[in-house]
Amino acid sequence: MIAIKLAIRNLLGAGLRTWLSVIVLSITFILILLIHGFLEGWNRQAMHDMKEWEIGGGQYWHTEYDPHDPFTLEDSHRDIPSLFMGQANKGNYCPVLISQATIYPQGRMRSIIMKGIDPDQELLELPTSLLKGDFEEIPVIIGTAMARATKLAKGDITTLRWRDVNGTFDAAEIVVAGIFKTNVPTVDASQIWMSIVTMQELVSMNNEGTLIVISPEITNPHPVPGWEFKDTDSLLSAIISTIKTKTIGSSFIYIVFLALGLLAVFDTQVLSIFRRQKEIGTYVALGMTRKQVVGIFTVEGAMHSILAVLLGALWGIPLLAWLSKTGFGMPLSADEFGLAMAERIYPAYGIGLIMITLLLIVITTTIVSYLPSRRISKMNPTEAIRGKIQ
Amino acid sequence: MDNSKIINISGLVKQFPMGNNNFTALHNINLAFIKGEFCGVVGPSGSGKTTLLNIIGLLDNPTSGNADVLGHNANDLSVKEAAMIRRKHMGFIFQTFNLLPVYTVFENIEFPLLLLKMSKNERDKAVMDALEWVGLTDKVKSKPAQLSGGECQRVAIARAMVKRPDLVLADEPTANLDAEHSHNILQTMEKLNRELQTTFLFATHDEKVIQYLRRKITLDDGTVAGDITTSK
Ligand SMILES: Nc1ncnc2c1ncn2[C@@H]1O[C@H](COP(=O)(O)OP(=O)(O)OP(=O)(O)O)[C@@H](O)[C@H]1O
Ligand SMILES: [Mg+2]
Repeated sequence: MIAIKLAIRNLLGAGLRTWLSVIVLSITFILILLIHGFLEGWNRQAMHDMKEWEIGGGQYWHTEYDPHDPFTLEDSHRDIPSLFMGQANKGNYCPVLISQATIYPQGRMRSIIMKGIDPDQELLELPTSLLKGDFEEIPVIIGTAMARATKLAKGDITTLRWRDVNGTFDAAEIVVAGIFKTNVPTVDASQIWMSIVTMQELVSMNNEGTLIVISPEITNPHPVPGWEFKDTDSLLSAIISTIKTKTIGSSFIYIVFLALGLLAVFDTQVLSIFRRQKEIGTYVALGMTRKQVVGIFTVEGAMHSILAVLLGALWGIPLLAWLSKTGFGMPLSADEFGLAMAERIYPAYGIGLIMITLLLIVITTTIVSYLPSRRISKMNPTEAIRGKIQ
Repeated sequence: MDNSKIINISGLVKQFPMGNNNFTALHNINLAFIKGEFCGVVGPSGSGKTTLLNIIGLLDNPTSGNADVLGHNANDLSVKEAAMIRRKHMGFIFQTFNLLPVYTVFENIEFPLLLLKMSKNERDKAVMDALEWVGLTDKVKSKPAQLSGGECQRVAIARAMVKRPDLVLADEPTANLDAEHSHNILQTMEKLNRELQTTFLFATHDEKVIQYLRRKITLDDGTVAGDITTSK
């Protein structure tokens, strides 16, 4: 109690020096919240969008399927088990058939992935109902990134060429029945979506699929022979690890600020212990134990962090609140970036993040305040009283 | 120990390391003080006055010999135990006042009571009493920087006296004061000595102080060269 009162008085009395350290520490505090809040916001948004658009509550994969290797597609299709079929299972399972193909927009050849999906599905956000319209050509839907890359617009017709299950080439006209906008590039870039039944006919793979998206409501997916279940965590691991990498990368910025702030506090402590020997000697003469005196100086140094948190709250809360409303406009679009990312990211600051950041600042400041203060217990009080220690 | 003997020093030697040798600041000192004395160690600069007061104040240890202070042998005390004895039973007055600049007059005087964990009510009352003793009731809220040297030293006296200690040690308390202030604070201390039976021990070479002392112990080159008690 004595220490806290003294610390506040001494700090406020020290003026500019105190505020310099406090300002740097408060910037550190808010910067950490901002960076982590941004990454957390991105993380949440990306995971949410990916679940809504692509992965649902998890996916069963054909055991040969590897999304990073298009050559596996030739072998990764088989009969869809009856468990995943039929009217009764519609809300729970959504099979997808995937195959390589080529399109010729504006006469230019382009390799793509074609995906077949039930037009009546409601598990994913994909506007598959557009595939149910009445068209002469085969209706497909594509994402905005794909539309931009191929210069295809709604209603445009182009040629699709594919190989069926036997390796025989065939071709037909497709029409763009709709263009959807998504933050998830993995359902957009270089791919077209069509009705799964149509696609099964085209490639002669009746009743076959490559993967099956399941509803988030299915909590305990059964093992199915020939299919490997991937839960959402493993399907999200790419984005999670990317964001983790970003987190580590961006922490350098605030580590520099933190180091600056701590250095300033350390310096202040060393100086004030040297300059206030007489005061230290007086405390000892008044009957304070050395521990108590070390405590006074440690609390005083640590108080920088408390002031920093208060100051940070003063300018930081409005800033953070404003940013969580307006979000950060992202300079790159998701398809350029290659991972799910919204155009605006709304930072999310959890209570955990705030507490950890607060503790980080307070604890590190306390440590750098304590280290120089230990010198006090080695001081000779009779010399300290006269201010004679060099 | 004789109950009234609050300090008993025998065969005290204090040496300081000086290069390869030791410098002997106090040679074989034998002294006793009883409760309620108003006495001082006098002598030229470098004669060992401060050294002796520091040992009595348990801020420094004897090299050899014994110093019994308030019933404790200085040689047997840990640093922490010494601090506790100072906290409860001793007051210090310094040449340079040594007030806490960030605290008000009131808070400076209250400080020793906070260490004793006294209640707010008790503290308020004790501080007001002490302010009255030194005649500073109108400066409660001032900061030391706003006070004259004499007023600062009176605050320091109040701080030393507020817990009604058994012993007050005052090292050159008038060295930074003019004659008028010196007499003023000495009269204050003399009055407190009479009213509260507090033992005062000065270290000084100031004639103004010496004339108030009822007992003068003269140190010369680290030895007791005289010990005269005058009845007043
Ligand atoms: N820590 C120390 N290390 C070495 N020598 C010391 C130390 N403290 C005191 N001395 C020496 O001991 C002698 C007595 O010093 P002391 O401070 O007790 O004198 P004093 O009588 O109080 O003098 P003054 O009137 O100048 O205050 C001096 O010669 C001083 O140099
Ligand atoms: Mg001296």
